[in-house]
Amino acid sequence: MTAIDQGSAPVGEAKPRSGFQVTHTSLSSRLGLIFWAGLVVVLIAVPYWGDRQTMRLLTEIYSFLALASLWNLLAGYAGLVSVGQQAFVGLGGYTLYLLALWGGFNPILGLPLAGLIGFVVSIPIIFLLLRLRGAYFTIGSWVVAELFLQIFQLVPAVGGGSGISLPAAVVKSIAASRDGREFLIYWIFLALVVAVLAVIVLLLRTRYGLALTAIRDNEMAAKSNGIDVNRTRTIVFVVAAAATSMVGSMIFLQKLSITPFSAFSFNDWTVNMIFITVIGGIGHVEGPIIGTIIYFVLREYLADYASTYLIILGLVAIVIMLRAPKGIWGLVADRYGWQLFPLARRLKRRESSPTASPQPGTGH
Amino acid sequence: MDLLNIIVQGILLGGLYALFAAGLSLIFGVMKLVNVAHGDLIVVAAYFAYFVMQLLGIGPFTSLIVVVPVIALVGYILQRGLLNFTLGDDLPPLLVTISLSIIIQNVLLLLFTHDSRKLYGGAIEMASWRVTQDMAIGVLPVIQFVIAVLIIGGLQLLFYRSAVGRAFRATSDDREIAQLMGIDNNHIFAIAMALSLAVVAVAGVFIAVRTTFNPFYGPQLLIFGFEAIIIGGLGSLWGTLAGGIVLGLAQAIGGHINVGLPFTAGHLAFLAVLIIRPEGLFPKAVQ
Amino acid sequence: MPLLEVTNLKAFYGDFQALFGISMSVEAGQVVSVIGANGAGKSTLLRSIVGMLKAAPGMIRFDGEPIGGVGTAKLVTRGITMVPEGRRLFPSLSVEENLMIGGQLGRPGPWSLERVYGLFPALKDRRGQRSMSLSGGQQQMVSIGRALMSNPRLLLCDEISLGLAPILVQEIFQMLPSIVAEGTTVIVVEQDVMQALAASDHVYCLQEGRISLEGPSRTLDRGAIRAAYFGV
Repeated sequence: MTAIDQGSAPVGEAKPRSGFQVTHTSLSSRLGLIFWAGLVVVLIAVPYWGDRQTMRLLTEIYSFLALASLWNLLAGYAGLVSVGQQAFVGLGGYTLYLLALWGGFNPILGLPLAGLIGFVVSIPIIFLLLRLRGAYFTIGSWVVAELFLQIFQLVPAVGGGSGISLPAAVVKSIAASRDGREFLIYWIFLALVVAVLAVIVLLLRTRYGLALTAIRDNEMAAKSNGIDVNRTRTIVFVVAAAATSMVGSMIFLQKLSITPFSAFSFNDWTVNMIFITVIGGIGHVEGPIIGTIIYFVLREYLADYASTYLIILGLVAIVIMLRAPKGIWGLVADRYGWQLFPLARRLKRRESSPTASPQPGTGH
Repeated sequence: MDLLNIIVQGILLGGLYALFAAGLSLIFGVMKLVNVAHGDLIVVAAYFAYFVMQLLGIGPFTSLIVVVPVIALVGYILQRGLLNFTLGDDLPPLLVTISLSIIIQNVLLLLFTHDSRKLYGGAIEMASWRVTQDMAIGVLPVIQFVIAVLIIGGLQLLFYRSAVGRAFRATSDDREIAQLMGIDNNHIFAIAMALSLAVVAVAGVFIAVRTTFNPFYGPQLLIFGFEAIIIGGLGSLWGTLAGGIVLGLAQAIGGHINVGLPFTAGHLAFLAVLIIRPEGLFPKAVQ
Repeated sequence: MPLLEVTNLKAFYGDFQALFGISMSVEAGQVVSVIGANGAGKSTLLRSIVGMLKAAPGMIRFDGEPIGGVGTAKLVTRGITMVPEGRRLFPSLSVEENLMIGGQLGRPGPWSLERVYGLFPALKDRRGQRSMSLSGGQQQMVSIGRALMSNPRLLLCDEISLGLAPILVQEIFQMLPSIVAEGTTVIVVEQDVMQALAASDHVYCLQEGRISLEGPSRTLDRGAIRAAYFGV
């Protein structure tokens, strides 16, 4: 009756050493990895053949992709829909600026520090927010971000309402020439988005990743299987916060100035995270990638109509949630079983005579 | 006396916050839906009132006669046409209402631009009662507070003494068996949303008379309503009123200490409750 | 014309087929029982009739009208209702409120709050109590009373004996005739075979989604019933 047949042996004979092995890869994912490797090589070379505008556009794409992927990890896997991630984007930005201002160090050092600060600050936040369920968690995350916005507005030491500009001397310490700075920042962004995706994929391959998928699918069942839901969610939240802060620090390094409103802006950061992920495909690592592409293509055509653009995105997101909740990637991938990352868990029979066929993957 | 004045202001403001919260918790009680666009709908009501006032040349309170039924109808259609289809899982209602919030803000932006607006109530805005030599209470805040309390009392009565309220409670308990009572879920949820938005309409006009608003004001109001609910405790409308009052007080005192501080003080009060007494100050035992 | 006519009813839970073409017919004024082992499809049959499971329009006819696919709430207005398995009272409502909400629609008929209290006097004393604070047997009475309040022409009873002491079960089944006398046709789904046979005019036996036997309750051969029940 069940699809998994342990292979009963006739009485009297020793059972063959049949066991099961969990494999993550498939043909599709192997091709995917080759594709990614090639793509990264091409992207590394961009500064040598592309112009400044191209690099800027690409760094923007990288940052949105990274932010959306992290949001996807939170909402699509851990079930934590946060509309307050802009708090960490801004926090990362301010950390970098304040370090540069007060310490006079090369602001690039602000990157790891931003990650650390984001990590540390997020711990009491998630501790509090986990007292709220579901949608109340969401609104609570918004309150936290609002609080950040207000505090940074009020405290003159961090620039108050008018913010901080990165002093010229500090900017020059990144690299001597303007080109040098642009190249360096570009590569750091690329490294960052690759690292974020790699961390996400690797995380999902571990036990924690499996726990996340279980929590996402059925929290009650996950709990009764011994999964510590709160602890898993906490880990994901602080990791995402640290990474988001790092991306934020680089975003503002590039912008050369920061204000509380630009730092902690729901519209600039979180709206995009949400739309990119929902439209691309929530709960799939590939989702934000597809979503980012769609987002930027659409923006090309609708750049002049900022409000209309958001209205359209909003309507598309609603239609997708009602008709195709797994997003565009979900539609495609579920139909053909594609995956671009080695994330599925397939049970393969480990026997000398391979008659087994892979069981339907438990998804990723 | 200054302090007393501030306390009174805070309490009266709290009544308004309780109204924001009442609509939100009504929906949550009946169908376990949290409408993230709730605050934006309050702003929609304010803009609609503005439009009606311009069109008909009437005052804000008179405009309620038109605004309340129309916004309630919008709620019915919204629930029946869209939100009913999202119920069931956790993620869709959240993401759909978030998207809705963004859509509403940008539609309002297109229609009315970024400019701040206010509803002008005329002489009553300035009127006040002189209570003692040093203290006067504004007439308008008192009226709004009284109406807010009446509405909340009315909602309580509706929930616990009327057939509709019975239907709400039954549907909230057991959606499937409520159908065996002849209750059409699609309809009853839409009625609940219509009721919630009727309250929203009143709240919207009230807040728009007291302060300026713009298309992006919604989330702020949502947060106030939400904080009132958490401070007061889930499950009880009177608790929500108390929560709103505490929030109003925190904001009034905070604003007195430093003019930039009121909302922050409110957030801190909310966080304090979350840390010290997460179930709220006056939670309902049952549920 | 029979009050209820079920023709070749098939029912699915997703991909899983629970009923494989059930046909039955119930005349007005009858008490019909449906018996069978766990998982045979008895509850599925009732849920299909009352509109909780989708069925093709022609598969179920009430008073000659096809009702397959019509929603539950609408069917209650037409006079079909169910006493659900496990009682499923509304915990937030008191005993009396549970009864009152049964009559929410205001369908005309003999049943009212007073008549229900007349049938179940124990409930009158507890009318203001939380419904879940009552004993199992009393809760069952509330559940039945709640269904009666909608003045149904067809009452479906899903395992009302479950979890009740035998003497209580007898008491409840002894009330069926008075319910029928007021003009309600009853279908009882039961695991208690003897009780079901004693209380009904006609019996259907379900086995793995199919009707394995049917006939008049009093005269059907016990051995045949046993065989049909277990599918031997």
